[in-house]
Amino acid sequence: MSTFDRVLAPQQDAVIATNKLIRNTYMLLSMTLLFSVVTAGAGMAMGISPAISMIATLGAIGLLWLVLPRTENSAAGLAVVFGITGLLGLGLGPLLTHYLAIPGGGKLVATALGGTGVIFLGLSGYALTTRRDFNFMGGFLFVGLVVALIAMIANLFMEIPALSLAISGVIVLLMSGMILYDTSRIVNGGETNYLRATVSLYLDFYNLFIHLLHLLTAFAGGDD
Amino acid sequence: MDMWMKIALAVVLGIMVIRLWPAAMHMMKHGPEGSNEDWRAALLPIAAVVGFIILLILMVRGN
Repeated sequence: MSTFDRVLAPQQDAVIATNKLIRNTYMLLSMTLLFSVVTAGAGMAMGISPAISMIATLGAIGLLWLVLPRTENSAAGLAVVFGITGLLGLGLGPLLTHYLAIPGGGKLVATALGGTGVIFLGLSGYALTTRRDFNFMGGFLFVGLVVALIAMIANLFMEIPALSLAISGVIVLLMSGMILYDTSRIVNGGETNYLRATVSLYLDFYNLFIHLLHLLTAFAGGDD
Repeated sequence: MDMWMKIALAVVLGIMVIRLWPAAMHMMKHGPEGSNEDWRAALLPIAAVVGFIILLILMVRGN
């Protein structure tokens, strides 16, 4: 092997590893999104109650915090990722049933889903093609997320519709930033595990969809 | 939403805040700082998202 090859070989290995990570992440992301659609449909068909929906969401959070970190480097981690996304999909059942019951609700849900897809593909594609490092946004995004969570806790009890709309608007912007941040971490070596990368991007998509749906319903004059 | 569900949700969101806060503060203090050009490159697509959402809102209001 020449000196030239020895210098280039590690760089080529890194590029191959990154490309493999990107391919695995987006393949798993598309499968988990489809799986969530199936479980959300099942949740709607079974007419699960908001209480069951909440338990499913709490179960997903439990898997995310307690089980995924211990299994992310094994084959079991794949099942955990499907468990998280399946439970989150199931938890969406009553929410979607509520929105679909609103006049024109089907169109609102379809618009929110299509809009989320366009935003996700646009931002993720932008970060992938420019290969820019958006790591500098991390602190700003996480502090913003903490502030939004505190506002959500307050509004659970205050129930101010304008604050609820403002929170959704802020979360849509934060999730858009998170898509850039998470994709850039995959491209630039900040994230090397495809299971973690998939769950991060899935959560960006999931939160973006829910809050975009809330915004669209409110502005369309729905009962939300 | 029932009060017990609100309290349970508030507890979970509170735990999220407690888990995220140290990481957020660490990133703010020790994370890389972006140049003006970096921020422009990030804010441009976000502005496009805002424009797209306004378009979606106009679409759903038009029906």
